[in-house]
Amino acid sequence: MGQKVQRVEDQRFLRGQGRYTDDVLVTASGAGVLHAAVLRSPHAHARILDIDVEAVLDAEGVHAVWTYEDLQGPMAEPLPLLIPHPALTHGRTQFALARDEVNYVGEAIAFVVAEDRYLAEDAVALIRVSYETLPAVVGVEAARRAEHLVHDDVPGNVAAHLDQRVGDAPAAIAAAAHRLELDLSIERSACMPMEGRATVARWDPDTDRLQLWTSTQTSTGVRAAVAVKMGLDLGQVDVITPDVGGGFGVKINHPWPEEVLVPMAARVLGQPVKFTEDRREHFISSAHERGQEQHIEVGFDDEGRVVGLDVRFWHDNGAYTPYGLIVPIITSTQLLGPYKPGSYRVRFDSVYTNTVIVTPYRGAGRPQGCFAMERTMDAIADYLGKDRTEVRAVNFIQPEEFPYDHQLVFQDGRPLVYDSGDYPASLEKLKRLVGWDEFPAFQQEMAAQGREVGIGLACYVEGTGVGPYEGAHVHIETSGKVKVAIGLTTQGQGHATVFAQLVADELGVRMEDVEVVSGDTRRMAYSVGTFASRAAVMSGSAVHLAARRAKEKALKVAADALEVDESDLQIVDGVVSVKGAPSSAIDLGTVSVLSNPLRYAFDEASQAATQFSVGDPGKPPVAEDDEPGLEGRDFYSPDRATFASGMHAAIVETDPRTAEITILKYAVVHDCGTIINPMIVEGQIHGGVAQGIGGALYEKMAYDESGQLLNASFMDFLMPYVTEIPDGIDVDHLETPSPLNPLGIKGAGEAGVIPTAAAIASAIEDAERHSRPSMSIAAMPISPSELYTLRQEHTA
Amino acid sequence: MTEDLHDVRLIVNGVHRELRVPARRLLSDALRHDLGLTGTHVGCEHGVCGACTVLVDGAPVRACLLFAVTLDGHEVTTVEGLTRDDGSLGPVQQAFAECHGLQCGFCTPGFLTTITAGIRANPDPTHEEAREIVAGNLCRCTGYQNIVAAVERAAEIAREDVPGDVPAPASPPQDGQLGVEDRTEDQATTGLGG
Repeated sequence: MGQKVQRVEDQRFLRGQGRYTDDVLVTASGAGVLHAAVLRSPHAHARILDIDVEAVLDAEGVHAVWTYEDLQGPMAEPLPLLIPHPALTHGRTQFALARDEVNYVGEAIAFVVAEDRYLAEDAVALIRVSYETLPAVVGVEAARRAEHLVHDDVPGNVAAHLDQRVGDAPAAIAAAAHRLELDLSIERSACMPMEGRATVARWDPDTDRLQLWTSTQTSTGVRAAVAVKMGLDLGQVDVITPDVGGGFGVKINHPWPEEVLVPMAARVLGQPVKFTEDRREHFISSAHERGQEQHIEVGFDDEGRVVGLDVRFWHDNGAYTPYGLIVPIITSTQLLGPYKPGSYRVRFDSVYTNTVIVTPYRGAGRPQGCFAMERTMDAIADYLGKDRTEVRAVNFIQPEEFPYDHQLVFQDGRPLVYDSGDYPASLEKLKRLVGWDEFPAFQQEMAAQGREVGIGLACYVEGTGVGPYEGAHVHIETSGKVKVAIGLTTQGQGHATVFAQLVADELGVRMEDVEVVSGDTRRMAYSVGTFASRAAVMSGSAVHLAARRAKEKALKVAADALEVDESDLQIVDGVVSVKGAPSSAIDLGTVSVLSNPLRYAFDEASQAATQFSVGDPGKPPVAEDDEPGLEGRDFYSPDRATFASGMHAAIVETDPRTAEITILKYAVVHDCGTIINPMIVEGQIHGGVAQGIGGALYEKMAYDESGQLLNASFMDFLMPYVTEIPDGIDVDHLETPSPLNPLGIKGAGEAGVIPTAAAIASAIEDAERHSRPSMSIAAMPISPSELYTLRQEHTA
Repeated sequence: MTEDLHDVRLIVNGVHRELRVPARRLLSDALRHDLGLTGTHVGCEHGVCGACTVLVDGAPVRACLLFAVTLDGHEVTTVEGLTRDDGSLGPVQQAFAECHGLQCGFCTPGFLTTITAGIRANPDPTHEEAREIVAGNLCRCTGYQNIVAAVERAAEIAREDVPGDVPAPASPPQDGQLGVEDRTEDQATTGLGG
């Protein structure tokens, strides 16, 4: 624990031997793998009048084509609404293939399976569809106007409305010494993992079983969904998540249409079928996030202490709501960050638009909530003429106030109670790291040279490690090697390394003897998934507990063999020995042999086991309360989430003529409780900050008014290259352990992205302050041309 | 109508390979699906992300922008060809492991090939030049900090190497061949421009 251990998974990735979903069944090429392509809607909103697939049937290499009419039973029903909520009164999900209406450009209409992807795409081009186009609803404003409806039976385009309140915020604001209002807007972006979605299925008629590989963040979720859709028993479906080329949230939604269509086709055709999404498909048929409009009213005293906060926001959920209200619920609760307003009211509408669906993207509603809260803090500081850090400090929850109950309901349906943290200490660290107090002198120095520089900061609290549970299985083989299985999936976080670290520590074995497998339902059938920065907290705790169980059993068996008391034993480097008498020792591999009495000898180790199996003739070879084998299995299920926190600061320069924005310095103070591997945590932060910078300055989904996505390629959607990311990100850690789990861990995966846009907005505003004091940054992302326009408005 | 097939002979990672492919078969698909070299990944299929970068006669090219038939008679190096003769990691691979230059690993093969060519052309890059070398490849996981560190470390390892120990073909690209030089130059300088 706490060591910068190099990653064990890197060896295969660096040699080109990673196994991603599109790589599966390739080396068995000629094994008759068929390839799928999907006909997608070219219209944002249309009725389907007719689909003519006649020409496809004669096309070269085509094996089959499906449209909605060909789907049967559960396959013909809408895809599941995964997370229902009482407030989601008008939840809607799409069909695997559109029935009689399409609601976004990219919605799946027909599914073609052919000899290869080229031929499948040729065939898709031969399908003729007659549409009656309908008016498209694009953007929150159009959805709210509701001149046109996305779904005929959803009045006002409102999928859900939810209110939460603590105290009487409107009354507190009315009675406050000072009041402010803000209107903010955040654009859509998307996860954009380098590997899109991909699914491969093989039906085995000999065992009546389905084998499914899919690039997902929840193999157990996909397994259950596919079993239901195909009318199979759970036991007939194995889902394997091989290496995943990034997720960032988009792959937690499931099942995607292709995740049920591919196995259906494989079973019908009796040949393996593969679907691999291309980049344009990822833009127009996988999920987006972030799009919100916010209105904030705040009342505060002379010190800047918030007495009342009233937030109203509109969340663009796209055309359907398969993932429920998770994103806006998180925005509405995590908005509060490290602060304790005297009273709080939040109301949101989740609205339909004729655009790609919205499901969590790293941060999952928190960047928007953080933007709202931190822009408000800056506005208060500006109004009172106070330092921005001082206004934050007077609003902080203090270290002695934990556990702190916000009296709100969090995304997991449980009370929003912060477990631990030290926000004043984080702020002090951040000020030192970025040079907050020295900055005014630097700013003046730059101003003298005609340069505009500004500093900004933003704070966040992130609920991580939500339940309900995760499990782990630890198996010590007779070779002494330790095989670990966790249920959730991995997509670059280094789980194989950090969980091997935990097992090595707890069990007393060498790291190189530990192998971790994730996301394979054959190895661990009970799991939830990889989201909400929960893997380290949930699976980490479960791995620790399972390793402890395996250790307890190893000590018991070894104590019998060595005829000593368990408490006199230690395990070091895979050897159990008597403390103070190292010559009295036994290898863990031998302990494993002893734990499993055998009848048949098939190698040297098993010969030993057959001898030991004789044991005490007066007792059964396996005791009543025992089982054969040296294994440990356990689950971790917490009362509630843990709350990580942090603060970012940015120093930016804005060009007085061109409005080009350059980040000169970026500093992060981060508290994720106990750190397992600092190298991996820093890597997570770097990556999060880079995505945050993308969201702050570059990335948006450019929809036109007819619902066409105009920038659906990497050429046009401006994802940061190295040239857009600052050269150096300063990171400092604070470790406030969580009291909720055995290791004190809090999650780290999403942290980097949450406050970035807010910190950069704060810094840009500061840079512009002297020349344009009335100008505020109210929308993200902000491009040089948008900043330029904003300047014009404030100098005219 | 059945597609016409074309014979292509190439040297991939030092091994003679023969293919029979339609004219429209991309080099990336031929490497992955016909030759089973799945280390080369496809991230965008329009030449922007760089994940599919391989070396053709030593120069980095985007395999998703080339037809396999145009490679007849050429030498191709993929990520699988970057290890040393004894099977251990090559300099760039080793540097990535040491510097935590990768997370999900999907973009990594394209970075490894790009950097291999980059430090061969410039064995002792300055920090700024190290950033330039990777400025045409997208990574969504790492925020690039450790990748830049890995470029510098890779150059250091390669400089310490005994000559001849560095893997991959050393033949310089010939002028104008396949237009590969121009293409990579363009990619390398295509930033977002702030």
